[in-house]
Amino acid sequence: MSAPQSQNALIRWIDHRMPIFTFMHHELHEYPAPKNLSYWWNFGSLAGIVLVIMIVTGIWLAMHYTPHVDYAFQSVERIMRDVNYGWLIRYLHMNGASMFFLVVYIHLFRGMYYGSYKYPRELLWILGVVILLLMMATAFMGYVLPWGQMSFWGATVITNLFSAIPLFGDPIVTWLWGGFSVDNATLNRFFSLHYLLPFLIVGVVFLHLWALHRFGSNNPIGIDTKGPQDSIPFHPYYTIKDAFGTGVFLLVFAGFVFFAPNFFGEPDNYIPANPLVTPAHIVPEWYLLPFYAILRAIPDKLTGVIAMFGSILLLMALPWLDTSRVRSATYRPIYKQFFWVFVVDCLVLGYIGANPPEGWFIVIGRIATAYYFIHLLIIIPLLGKLERPLELPASISTPVIGSGAAQPQAARMEKP
Amino acid sequence: MRKIVLTALAVAAACFAGSLPASSSEAIKPPSQSWGFGGIFGTFDRAALQRGFHVYKDVCAACHSMNLLAYRNLRALGFSEDEVKGIAAEYEVTDGPNDEGNMFQRAGRPSDRFKAPFANEKAARAANNGAFPPDLSLMIKARPSGANYVHALLTGYEPPPPSVKLMEGMNYNKFFPGGQIAMAPPLNADAVTFGDGTPATVAQMSKDVVTFLAWAAEPELEVRKQMGVKVILFLIVLTIMLYAAKRRTWAGVH
Repeated sequence: MSAPQSQNALIRWIDHRMPIFTFMHHELHEYPAPKNLSYWWNFGSLAGIVLVIMIVTGIWLAMHYTPHVDYAFQSVERIMRDVNYGWLIRYLHMNGASMFFLVVYIHLFRGMYYGSYKYPRELLWILGVVILLLMMATAFMGYVLPWGQMSFWGATVITNLFSAIPLFGDPIVTWLWGGFSVDNATLNRFFSLHYLLPFLIVGVVFLHLWALHRFGSNNPIGIDTKGPQDSIPFHPYYTIKDAFGTGVFLLVFAGFVFFAPNFFGEPDNYIPANPLVTPAHIVPEWYLLPFYAILRAIPDKLTGVIAMFGSILLLMALPWLDTSRVRSATYRPIYKQFFWVFVVDCLVLGYIGANPPEGWFIVIGRIATAYYFIHLLIIIPLLGKLERPLELPASISTPVIGSGAAQPQAARMEKP
Repeated sequence: MRKIVLTALAVAAACFAGSLPASSSEAIKPPSQSWGFGGIFGTFDRAALQRGFHVYKDVCAACHSMNLLAYRNLRALGFSEDEVKGIAAEYEVTDGPNDEGNMFQRAGRPSDRFKAPFANEKAARAANNGAFPPDLSLMIKARPSGANYVHALLTGYEPPPPSVKLMEGMNYNKFFPGGQIAMAPPLNADAVTFGDGTPATVAQMSKDVVTFLAWAAEPELEVRKQMGVKVILFLIVLTIMLYAAKRRTWAGVH
């Protein structure tokens, strides 16, 4: 398919030599999408929008920020006080990070609920997990830049995790720091990398979209589109639906930025970094708390570090851990319940991560950590074998169960 | 749609739970006060700001610096340009080096930062029995439930219960983490005389100085909230129109 011939001679001239307009028309305009996508499918494009907001506000912050241990805290306060609308740019960036993770976590759980990671979208899913890892690294290094107490001590705790590596642990930590403690060299390289990684994220996002456009979106029923009657062009149907979702999202975002800008933050980070005074409780930002809880649930440091990174990397194996051929949890009555247990388990881990490791918090944290791995490594593989899924509809256009023509569609999703 | 809203609320609730004070064994939660700068339409009471600055200048500034503030910032409190010049000129600041290479003393100007009471941290500790009075520029943002906490702390001095053994030079204050604070009760009734005739009770001075400190920590608060109301109203209208456009676009899809 090609773009309708443009009236503009310049566009025709360019498109003949480099068919970028044909490409855009094909991928953004004609691109067929299942017609039954729910609002849960808004969060992918929403994440893209937040990424752009983060990069734009970040570039403006970098114009005024000074990555030096003696000036970093002051330069952030200068942005807040003396730069025109500097407070707005910084609060957008600060709360934008939380919004980014909120949106991406909903996007991720949506993929888990509707089995979006299954054939033929395994690579799409893996690229998504890569984006999540890059986001975590970027967010962590960004949190260090204001050089407040939590910045400094968070950086100290997280970089020290690498000292758990046998034999080479301590040299690696020294190498990461660029010295013998978290200091100016560390701050400088974190700033450099914090500026670099978002552009890597943009690159992987393009790969993510490339993989997505190969087979198109999954949908709430989880069966493939069977023909033109099942799909609609992306534009205008999903552009306007995404635009409406963006409006709702911006309302939430603006609510935090203008009326509770420090809701997600720690008061301690408004105290300048002091290597001689350790805060009573060192906690990472909320979006890292579940993984922090997994780290602390295991008494052995090395095992804890492996479990923490493993808990994310394991998600990459989900397409193969899940043995069920039915994608959507709508037709998997048992999996649907376990899915929500898993969501609650992740929230519990987040709550435990925010609390000091003492008393019952340790016990609950260990149970929740164990369940996280049991869900992914045992329950999901077994459920695919044991569970009897409901009958799937014949097509997206006829989602009425038991309409005569209905037959198990799972057979159509055989792996090649 | 309702599902999404509920989920957002649930996540927000989870985040809120996560941001609560981590341990209950520390200090007592300060009681909530009603502040004029709280809420969606909150603003700073200019008279309270000026009284609060008066308290800071006459009482707190003896030990506590406010390094992030310049005298020019006081215009936001409702002082005129000449009043600000007058306040700045009360202080002697070090400038230089001059053409002979020497540092010299001159009267403060509006562009100068607030003059700190001590030359450095060591000097501050030496003068305060080893304790370091923290900078107050960001105090309200740098403590959990900032304004309520500082007000509770300033008005919460009482004789220690028999079970508490105070260390030498320390004072009992149940709102301070650990209960023992080096700062002696800073506010005494009529320690200052307000120009507007407001009686200088401890509670009044505390409320005023906390209002001043809240402004110092968030000088953008009024602009931020007023802009926020406009942005939210605009987004509500935009979102309703987008919803109508979405309904109309999708009307033919079954």
